[in-house]
Amino acid sequence: MPEQSILRFENVTVTFDEIPVLDGISFEMRRGDTCVILGAAGSGKTVLLKTAIGLIKPSAGRVFLFGTDITELDEQELFDLRAKTGVLFQEGALFDSLTIEENVAYPLVNQRAAKRKKREIRELVEESLRFVELAHTLDKFPSELSGGMRRRVGIARAIVTEPPLVLYDSPTAGLDPITANTIVTLIIKERDVKKTTTVLVTQRYQDGHLLANFRYNPRNGQVEPVTGNGHSDTLKTRFLVLRQGRLTFVGDQQQLEASADPYVSKFVKREI
Amino acid sequence: MLDILKPPVLALQDFYSLAGRAIRNIVRRPHYYDDIVLQMDIIGVGSLPIVLLTGFFSGAVMALQMSRALSQYGATGQVGMIVSISLVRELGPVLTAVVVAGRNASGMASELGSMKVTEQIDAMRALGTDPIQKLVKPRLIATAVVLPLLTIVADFVGLVGGYVVAVPLLSLTTAGEYWNTAWRAIEYNDIAQGLLKPLVFAIIIALVGCFYGMRTSGGTQGVGRATTQAVVVASVWVFVVTFFITRVFVNL
Ligand SMILES: Nc1ncnc2c1ncn2[C@@H]1O[C@H](COP(=O)(O)OP(=O)(O)O)[C@@H](O)[C@H]1O
Ligand SMILES: [Mg+2]
Repeated sequence: MPEQSILRFENVTVTFDEIPVLDGISFEMRRGDTCVILGAAGSGKTVLLKTAIGLIKPSAGRVFLFGTDITELDEQELFDLRAKTGVLFQEGALFDSLTIEENVAYPLVNQRAAKRKKREIRELVEESLRFVELAHTLDKFPSELSGGMRRRVGIARAIVTEPPLVLYDSPTAGLDPITANTIVTLIIKERDVKKTTTVLVTQRYQDGHLLANFRYNPRNGQVEPVTGNGHSDTLKTRFLVLRQGRLTFVGDQQQLEASADPYVSKFVKREI
Repeated sequence: MLDILKPPVLALQDFYSLAGRAIRNIVRRPHYYDDIVLQMDIIGVGSLPIVLLTGFFSGAVMALQMSRALSQYGATGQVGMIVSISLVRELGPVLTAVVVAGRNASGMASELGSMKVTEQIDAMRALGTDPIQKLVKPRLIATAVVLPLLTIVADFVGLVGGYVVAVPLLSLTTAGEYWNTAWRAIEYNDIAQGLLKPLVFAIIIALVGCFYGMRTSGGTQGVGRATTQAVVVASVWVFVVTFFITRVFVNL
């Protein structure tokens, strides 16, 4: 039985002021898939993620989220599907008038599907913040945290409702390598502990490499390289390369590293 | 030629769409009462000192200006009437609206604008809230409630300002006559336009402020641009609209 389709793009085109920003994008993700989308700045990565949850409407083509065609849905109908999708925005996009606790609680308080009691919300918020190792920041405001911590709070907010699909928009952009690795480690942990379908958008090939070859070991709480003895077939990481709104490459890591396309290979070589 | 007209026409279309959605949503749930109260505090309490000051001095300066003209006709006793009519019909509503446009249309545009450029508005939609409901509606309701109240306050302190100039300062008239003529000059019609105007201005200020905030693009520079545009456009519309409302009332 084929796994259930989580996200499908069919020939999606998005235009702003008559300029195509996404051009004929097609791909499909099934449950448990990991997808790494690489692309230079301005190649349309953010627009692609926003189109996936209906924040931006395509001018042509169709987007299916959890099997539902969302291109014609109105905002109210979209809320129920978005409730099953976690998003980490590029800079975290925390609400700066709210505390960290209120930020992480926001989807629990506001999503119709996720209505819960006050005490329960507090527990879930704490659990989610513990997951990103920021349980001590409950009463702080986003402006009091560093860039890396803000992204981690953003992850906590994205996953607090335990969505089956999580989208990460450039989670490592502008961070130092150590903080960047902490963030990717959290993404791997979330993927492997909660078995979420994961889309990671990034400029760093390194992030995709980690996601494809490392997994979380619940016994010692560490992220470890996949040893190759039987594990690798369960890691279905696909790479997509976006160039000026077009997909120039779709395939696995071996194919990516073997690609002769100069744009694609520049990505791979620059970072390794 | 058509290309020059296209952006403003499209912008107007967007504005109508925002206005339509905001007004249609007024009675629709959910209502974010906390946000309404917070906005009333920011707009109402926050603007009170400056409204008191501008109101007081506009009444005072009216009395001062009129003192010479009235004494030429030997009609200084009418100063209370002149101050009260001009304040209640026009100066109170317009000056208060311009002050609130300067303080709050800009505040709304810059707050929503920074939320827009840092993707907080997208995050809101992604996390299950409609920005029209959560951001625009509370600001619209709060301004519509608070601006008429601020106008009444401005009218009153303006009369006090006029009194200070007319009676203790210049002895144009007696206290009794000042308040008596001031009070009797105001007709039902004046109160109606004196309260209708701030209500309409409130809708203009809140919607224009939110509109420019929500369509901000281009980083922090864009936020600055949106803020300026919101104040300019809201203030100009206040002056244009007051003309048309007055036109209707003059004919009644
Ligand atoms: N709201 C918008 N209006 C007009 N152009 C946009 C908008 N959002 C993005 N773009 C344009 O789309 C292109 C892709 O942007 P984006 O997806 O943010 O790139 P990135 O891959 O860096 O995330 C850029 O050229 C950008 O200028
Ligand atoms: Mg981006």
